[in-house]
Parts: sequence; C-alpha cells; structure tokens
Amino acid sequence: MQNANFPILGKRMATKNYLSGLFGASPVAPLQEHMTLVDECVSKLLDLFEAMSAGDTAAVEETYYQIAALEQKADDKKHFLREHLPTGLFMPIERQDLLDALRVQDLLANRARDVAGIIVGRKLQFPKETNESAIQLVKATVETCHQALNVVNELDELVETGFRGHEVRRVEAMLIELDELESTTDRIQVDLRAALFLVERDLYAVDVMFMYRVIESIAEIADDAERVGRRFQQMLAK
Amino acid sequence: MDYGTTYLVLAVIFGLFMAWGIGANDVANAMATSVGSKAITIKQAIMIAAVFEFAGAILAGGQVTSTIRKGIIDVSDLGATPEILVMGMLAALLAAGTWLLVASYKGWPVSTTHSIVGSIVGFAIVGIGVDAVQWGKVGMIVMSWVTSPLLAATLSFLIFRSVQKLILETEEPLENAKKYVPMYVFFVGFILAMVTIVKGLKHVGLDVQGVQAVYISLAVGVLVMLLGKFLINRLKFEASDDINFHYANVEKIFSVLMVLTACAMAFAHGSNDVANAIGPLAAVASIVESGELSQKSALPIWILFVGGVGIVLGLAMYGRKVIETVGTKITELTPSRGFCCEVSAATTVVLASGIGLPISTTHTLVGAVLGVGMARGMASLNMNVVRGIFMSWVVTLPIGGVLAIIFFYILKATFG
Repeated sequence: MQNANFPILGKRMATKNYLSGLFGASPVAPLQEHMTLVDECVSKLLDLFEAMSAGDTAAVEETYYQIAALEQKADDKKHFLREHLPTGLFMPIERQDLLDALRVQDLLANRARDVAGIIVGRKLQFPKETNESAIQLVKATVETCHQALNVVNELDELVETGFRGHEVRRVEAMLIELDELESTTDRIQVDLRAALFLVERDLYAVDVMFMYRVIESIAEIADDAERVGRRFQQMLAK
Repeated sequence: MDYGTTYLVLAVIFGLFMAWGIGANDVANAMATSVGSKAITIKQAIMIAAVFEFAGAILAGGQVTSTIRKGIIDVSDLGATPEILVMGMLAALLAAGTWLLVASYKGWPVSTTHSIVGSIVGFAIVGIGVDAVQWGKVGMIVMSWVTSPLLAATLSFLIFRSVQKLILETEEPLENAKKYVPMYVFFVGFILAMVTIVKGLKHVGLDVQGVQAVYISLAVGVLVMLLGKFLINRLKFEASDDINFHYANVEKIFSVLMVLTACAMAFAHGSNDVANAIGPLAAVASIVESGELSQKSALPIWILFVGGVGIVLGLAMYGRKVIETVGTKITELTPSRGFCCEVSAATTVVLASGIGLPISTTHTLVGAVLGVGMARGMASLNMNVVRGIFMSWVVTLPIGGVLAIIFFYILKATFG
C-alpha cells in the first residue's frame, strides 16, 4: 500500500511517511459504489418483467445476463471493500455495522439475480391477469431500492457533519420514507398473490410454485432494502 | 582554544545538515495538510513555508533554542574543559541526524525534537555526569511530548465540535460558515501574535510588554480576519456544486482559509523545530567565541539565519517530493478537518515555543487529527501509526543517547 501511487518515486525516495499512513482508505465511497451497482442490478428486473409480459424471451435472456454481470461486479466491489478494511481502523461508524450494511446490500443483488435466473431457467411466464400487479410490484421494489441507495449516498454528508444536526434529521426523514415504500410493496404483493390465486388452477402447478417463489423473492428484495436503512439507523444512534 | 575554528565550522555544517533534514521531512508534514485538501499548490506551499518558517524561527524561535542550548544540561562542573561540551553538542547533532535518517528510511514516526533531546542527555550522562543533566527540566520536556498531542487533540475536538454546532449541524451551513469562519482566523492570528510578541521578540532585541502586546496582537488578529473575509468574498458559490455533495460550497470556504492556517503551521514549526538544529550550534559558537562556558550570552542572530537557510534549502531540494507524496495521500482530510487540525496544532506548538518546550510538530498534528476523529469527523484513521508513535516515545531517548555517546568518544579520540 505504501507509495502505491508512486512506485518509482517511492523507490527513489526510499522514505516512508507516517503522517500519510495515519489516513486509512475511506470505506464511504466503495460502500456507495457497491450500492449503486446493486441498485442498477435490481432496477434491471423491471426491464426483465416488461420483456416477460411482452413475451419477448430473447430480451428476457439478454436482461438476465446484464443482471448477472452487475451482480458479479457488485460482488467484486464487496470483496475489494472487505480486503481494504483491516482491523485497527478508527472510523466514525462501527466496523461491524459497515460490514453488515455491505452484506445486506450484496444480498439485494443476489436475490435479483436469483429471480432473473428462475424466470429464465424455467421460461416462466406470468399469466396476463397478473402482469399489471407484477410490474407494479417490481416498480415499487425498485423504488424502495432507489431510496436505500439515496440513504447510502448520504453517508459522506453524515461523515462531513460528524453524524449530527440537520443532516441526521434529513436522513431520518429519508428512512421513514424508505419504510413507507417497503410497506407499499407488501400491499402490492398481497394483491398479486390474490390475482395469481384466482387463475392458478388453470396453470402448470410447478410453474405456479416458482411464481410464488419469485413474488416472495421480490418482496424480500424490498425487505432487504429496508434492512440497509436499518443499519444506517444504528450508525446514527451511536 | 585549539581547533576553535574547526569546531565552529563542523558545528555549522552539522547544524545546517540537521536543519536541511528538518526542512526536507518535517516541514512537509506541516504543509501537506493544506496541500492535501487542495487549498494550495505545492509551489505555493514551498513559498509559504520558506517565508513563515524563517519568520517563525527568527521571531519566535529563541525560547526553544535557549532550552536546547542550555536548559537540558548544567555545565557549571565543566569549568576549565569547555571542549567537552563542544564535542558533546557535535556528537548530539550527529547522533540525532543519523537516527532520523534511519527512522525516515524505515518510516518510523520518530521526531527530530525527541532525537536531539535524547542525544544531548546521552552525551551529558557519559561526558559530564548523571548529575549534569537537569532531570527536572528533561522530565518536563518528556511530559510535554505526551501532553502536546493530548492538548492538540482536545483543542481540535473542541474546535471541530464548535464548527459542527455553529456551521455543519445547521440548516444554513454556507451562510454560517461565511459568518463564523473568520472568527477562527482571528483566534489563530491573535494567539500567534501574542506568543511571538510576549515570548519571542525579546530574543531579537525587541521588548514589547503588557497592554501594548495585547493591542498589537488584537490588531494582527483583526488584520488576518479581514484577509480571511476578503478571501471568502472572492469565492463564487454555485448551488449546482452541492448536488452530489451538499457541503461542497462550505468546504470551499474552509479551503481558502487553509492558506492562512498553512502560514500559521509554518510559523509554528519554524518557532519550535529550528531550535533542534541551531540550539547545539549556538552552544558551540558561544564557547568558541568566548573561550569559556558563558551561559548568559545572547543568541547571535546569524545562528537563527543558519537554521532558517538550512530549512528552506531542505524544503526546496527535497521537501517538495515529500509534500507531493504526503499531500496526495491525505486527501481524506477535507478542508474543514484540515482547518480544525491546523488551527489546533499551530496553537499548541506556538504555545510550547513560548514556554520554551521543544515538542514534535508532527506528533501534535497527529493528536489534532485524532481529536477530530473522536468527534466522528474522520472517515478512517489507521491506529497502527498511533501505536508506532507510542513506541517512538519509548525508544528514541535511549537510542539517541547511545548514538551520541558513540559519536562523543569518536570525536574525543579525534580531537582530544
């Protein structure tokens, strides 16, 4: 790490400076970059569902690959951050809270990939009676995820203010909004299950099983987005 | 005295070399904060450092120089053999220089000040006797190495908390920054001027005391405050800058003022650390000139010049690279943090200079950074460095001492 930016200079100078060693790499930007990738990954689910309801299997498959690629990128980012977070760092947030937030963020991308994987692998096609609420559910979930990203993007402002005052109240208001968005997904999920229930006996049973699983996973994405927010609540409370 | 001129020439060379080393490494630490937060360019940093290190050394450096020169050891027992002290001081310079070379090669957080004090004590124990060391004074100096980072940490914690309360926590941080930041600048200007006038100027033959000193300091404070206001008023604030990071414009205000705190840091550093190089030189010069141990003679101004020139040379030749490396690596220190750290560190160092305590500027700065960290203001600090500093407190005194003893015997064998 020492003199990593100036390998030649470092060799020539042959001195190390301890004042610069005092400043560890900030975890803030990598955490935000990770969440940005995750959000992008989850957002693709909307494309996927729209392609599915249009019956465009090629587009569904294409979107799946995009989701898988983004999930991979997020995963790499996660490993990078973990490797650059040695113990013995003095941070304004607990190391454990940070790692927890990272883990939950990563879970979001994993679930998005799983949903996309099931839909592609099983060539799943939601019945047209359910299409509208399915897309609504995905939209609301993506919005919840956006809001979680907005919260994560406030972390640099929180560090700037030293987790105090106006900025904290701002983030708290955002967290309340996040909760509300998550409740919306719960309500839509109930509607979607009801709509699916009405038509399920005309469908292939195994497919229906997987449809319920997809619905559940999407709801869990929204849940996890809210959990990211809860980690932040903990960081604020310290 | 035999070899009088030789001693003096050697002392000037060693003193210059020591000052050069301080300029090359130490000054960079004092300036890098401002460079790292992009408040000033490297070129500007070097110019500011050159002017204010010099000013600090000459206007406020006398007190610490006098401590290094005659506060650590009592030479009344030496009587007829003043050469012992000459060789001892030369050995101390060599020992401190050598130890610093090794430490900076290895990246150990060793301070120039600690090295020179350790070396002088080491030589005194062997060359004169255990009783010759003014243990009370040395104890006080060593205590100040612990208390100065602590004081800087407390100060920066309080200053940062007040910046939070008055500026960062509020709904109108930009307006409040414009309003309150100049007051911090006033505070720095006032303290620096006060210490310089009361404690420093008598060494250059000026004696200003009492109410007059307060008036002048107030005037200096107001002057730099107006300068700060002028710098802020020249800034253009774009609302669009705040979209990604809501405090970008607030940071801009702190950023321009880091030009002023950089001046304060350089001044403070000059007032305290130059003594490490020229204190021993001053001791040698006074013996060689008078042929005896006169503890009362005033500090000749040319010696302060030697120190100033050495520092500026080191800075120009080598310090540039160090500033570059350190500056690019501490970008995490945003202007608001850098401002708080430099204000507290500069204040602490100048206060120590006024009392005549030789302390480490860099350790003080590290303390200040930790103070902001305690207030949850730093994204990530590596505590291994702090552990290293604790270690350096423990090892530098004995190592400097042993090296000085070795060099003392070599010199004695050569000239004795």
